[in-house]
Amino acid sequence: MRAWIRRFLKPEALTGYALISPALFLMLVLLAYPFCLAVAISLSDRVLGEPGRFIGIWNFIGLLQDPYFRQTVQNSFIYTTSTVSLKLLLGLALGVLLNQEFRGRHVVRGLILLPWIVPTSLSVLTWLWMFDSLFSVFNYLLLGMGVISKKIPWLGDPFWAMVSVIIVNTWRGLPFFAVSILAGLMTIPRELYEAAEIDGAWALPKFWHVSLPLLQPIIAVVVLFSTIWTFADFQIVYILTHGGPINATQIFSTMAYDVALVAGRIGEGAAISLFLFPILLVVIILLLGYLRRE
Amino acid sequence: MKPKRIRILKRIFGLYLPLAAFLFFALFPFYWMTMSSFKSNPELYNLRANRLWIQKPTLEQFKLLFKKTAILHWLRNSFLVSFCTALISLTLGIMAGYALARLKFPGAKGFGLATFITYLVPTTLLFIPLARVVQAFRLQNTIWSLIVTYPTFLIPFCTWMLIAYFKSIPKAMEECAMIDGCGRIRALIQIVLPMSIPGIVFSGMFSFTLSWNEFVYALTFISSTYQKTMSVAVPTELIRGDAYFWGELMAASLIGSVPVALFYSFFMDYFVSGLTAGALKGGG
Repeated sequence: MRAWIRRFLKPEALTGYALISPALFLMLVLLAYPFCLAVAISLSDRVLGEPGRFIGIWNFIGLLQDPYFRQTVQNSFIYTTSTVSLKLLLGLALGVLLNQEFRGRHVVRGLILLPWIVPTSLSVLTWLWMFDSLFSVFNYLLLGMGVISKKIPWLGDPFWAMVSVIIVNTWRGLPFFAVSILAGLMTIPRELYEAAEIDGAWALPKFWHVSLPLLQPIIAVVVLFSTIWTFADFQIVYILTHGGPINATQIFSTMAYDVALVAGRIGEGAAISLFLFPILLVVIILLLGYLRRE
Repeated sequence: MKPKRIRILKRIFGLYLPLAAFLFFALFPFYWMTMSSFKSNPELYNLRANRLWIQKPTLEQFKLLFKKTAILHWLRNSFLVSFCTALISLTLGIMAGYALARLKFPGAKGFGLATFITYLVPTTLLFIPLARVVQAFRLQNTIWSLIVTYPTFLIPFCTWMLIAYFKSIPKAMEECAMIDGCGRIRALIQIVLPMSIPGIVFSGMFSFTLSWNEFVYALTFISSTYQKTMSVAVPTELIRGDAYFWGELMAASLIGSVPVALFYSFFMDYFVSGLTAGALKGGG
């Protein structure tokens, strides 16, 4: 027992505790406590300005029976799976392109990162303007080139609204994929390619058999990160469509915001937010499993 | 065909054309943002004009913005919040990162795991209860609510970035200094920190950028016009009801985007190397 206590009181251990304590304190007060609070609120029928009563898991049951919420779940899955796969495919292509030698490569790499680095809420406003029902520059260009004969109702139609938020999310997240994959490609020794070239491998088989297996760990990490970020994404949908038209692009976070802070049903809103938790948990478990193996 | 011709064709179709397409996709929104902010209203809403170019460039939208709105307050708030939170997170991140990289103590593994997990916790999971915590501290409607809460997602990021950097510094350097009678903290400040400047610059910059761009907390905690930050003020204050003043909106978006873009173009080398290193080492 004594020896056990002494391990905590070694000078090195004491320095360690002193160094981590401020960070630990902040995380306890502003992450762990709010999380417990979130669970408590989600188990109550709290509305804005009233204390609310404990109602058990009725918020969750009510939500699962609510067609509006079911559609939100479906939308969130469509939004996440389609954007993550688009970002991965395009990110692989862009990563391979950026890994080649060409003049101005440095500048191009920097420019490619811009969508990821600029405040999303501001760049999405530009997209909102580009999707404007009357003044859309895309319709102007596509009509002008004769690709379409009728204006596309970008944000006014359930199908096109989903397409629009998917395009914008892909635009914003692609740089993260491309640069991470580029970093992975740069660590692959040239000799491996040379060996493949002697065997006469073409570009695509070379990529398939040499690069892809070596990129697998990075791809896994990037996809898992992006999955949780996209499930929890807020700004793009909030600014572009506000979940509309007729709930066609409503996702977890925007519905939680609407229910809790606009409609004032805080208990129910907290419950919606907490539906992100199992997804987060799965991502964490997969990620930790993956990193431990590496 | 001659081999040289084939090589050129391969270069065009295998590199330049697809790259040009990607660049167009990435940059067109910024082109459009810039074009729209230097047009006068009649030109902006003229469907017959050549809309891809400016006939008469004007600063009208910017003038209106500075005269009619609280944009100077918003910019100041954004700078203050981003600077303070980057500084706090960097300091606490250096401390925690050093402890995890170098010191052995019971619970170190658990703490490391906890920071990694909090790094993944999205802001939209906790914004509802956090609003209550912020209220309990009477910080709602002030930029202090942001200065206090942003470090929760910045510290884990800084800690993990810096662990990787600290680990890459040979231990022997500090041990020498400590044998010479230097304490651990002094060894950290005088030996380890100067050697991890790239990692520290990157973490600080990236924290600044993340704070500058943050939206959900700022939208939830702050409703008074003068306390808002750029990222929230522009979409909430400049859209009045159903009226969109696109010229002003684009001009303000440009102003809000330029500091981050400039900031990072100065330090791009740090940034790209840090990002790629971080993406890989992050899990360490």
